[in-house]
This record gives sequence, C-alpha cells and structure tokens, in this order.
Amino acid sequence: MKALRAKTHLMVVLMVAFSSVGTIFLSKGMKQVGSVSFSSPAAVTAAFGHTITNSMIWLGIGSLLIFFVAYLLVLSWADYSYVMPAAATGYAIVPLLGYAVLGEAVTSTRWIGVALICMGVLLVGQTPPRTTEPQ
Amino acid sequence: MMLRTALFLGIVILSGTLGEICVTRAMKCIGEVKHFSPRIVLPLLGRAFRIGWMWLGIALMALAFYSFLALLSWNPVSFVIPASALSYAVGTLGAKFLLGEKISRLRWAGVLLVCLGVALTWVG
Repeated sequence: MKALRAKTHLMVVLMVAFSSVGTIFLSKGMKQVGSVSFSSPAAVTAAFGHTITNSMIWLGIGSLLIFFVAYLLVLSWADYSYVMPAAATGYAIVPLLGYAVLGEAVTSTRWIGVALICMGVLLVGQTPPRTTEPQ
Repeated sequence: MMLRTALFLGIVILSGTLGEICVTRAMKCIGEVKHFSPRIVLPLLGRAFRIGWMWLGIALMALAFYSFLALLSWNPVSFVIPASALSYAVGTLGAKFLLGEKISRLRWAGVLLVCLGVALTWVG
C-alpha cells in the first residue's frame, strides 16, 4: 500500500504541474483568439482556424498531453474518485505561487478556498488510493 | 447569453466527467502499470487505445474541452472555474455508480471541501 501511495502521489504531482501550466497557456491563447462566435458555420470554422494556429494554444496542448499520459497511467491502478480531487491541488498552488513569487495580493476569500482545497486533499489522501479489485 | 453559458457549462461538467469515467474504465482493462520505461509504457498505451471505452472517453472529453474553450472566450476564468467545480461531486457520483468505487464518508467530505475550495479560490 505504501508503494502504491507513493507512485500515485508522484503521478498526481506531475499531473498538477503540467495541467496548471497548460491551462495558463490555453487561457492566454484564447484571449488572443478573442470571443468565439457560433452565429454561422463559417464563423465557427474561422474561430477553429484561429485557435489551431495560435502558438500559445499548442504550448497548452503539449503540456496537457504530458498531463494526460500521467493521468492515464495513474488511472490504471488508482480510483478515479481519489485522483480527481487530489489533482485539484493545482487550484491551491496557483494563488500560493502568485503570493509567494509574484507578490500578488490574495483576498481572504481566496485564502479560505486554498485552505479548504488543502484540507479536502488531505482528507482524500487518508483514504486508500484503490478500492476496487485490480483486473 | 445566460442560457448559452448554462448549456455549455452543463456540457463541460457532464461530458467531461463521463469522458473521464470511460477513460478510467479503459485503463482498468489494461491493468496496473508497474514499470515506467517508455519501452513498457508505450505498448501499454497502444493497447489502451484499442479499447472502445478509450475512444468514447476521448470524444466526450474533446467535446468538454472545446466547450470549455468557448466558455473561456465569453466569460472570465474566475467565473468558469468555480462554476465547473461541480464536476468533482458529479465525478464522485459517477465513480460510485458507474465504476463501483467505494466512496467512504471521509472521501466524500474531502471531495466536497475541494469542490467548495475550488469555487472560493476563483470567486475570491
């Protein structure tokens, strides 16, 4: 169980790192693309074209591909209901990094959110990573 | 405008969660990955991609992904993330009823705290 927990945690750390970076790239990319219009097929095609030619979107997709491989591997042994909330650690790390590294102001509501995520992940971490029989 | 956002939010939550559950089912068919060298991992992933659940999962996740991008283009990320935090609760229900995972009270408590925490970090 100890080894199972250790390799699950390692994969979750990789997932959190690459999904956080990937989401930031995607968000930046979509801001560059602008508002997506669904008014006509031509507008959707144009928006799709702008999306797939944006380099930020590709950096985001690359990061998310690495995230996806780690995600697939961990799901081969661990519960989905264990991995999914544990991976939310990223939502707590981003404001913490913003405060510690960039000196950003973090509101008290956001601090409460960070604390709740950490507590939630700790609680989930107390449960066994696998509750189904291996196939 | 609100209806469009609500519709796409529903797609992100339901399609994304169902997609992840299908992918989990495919990976459970492969069995536990015990060695991580590319020579072992790549053929295993190749086997996983020959399972129907994997492709169904990827299709559903792709739908959720493009809907998520559309939501990001209409709304600030500080709205999209807390609104989609409901995925954690929906995903846990899916894990229980579709994958047969045993969700203890402790795990439920953790999931709900994460759900609330994700919403608060972005609202704040």
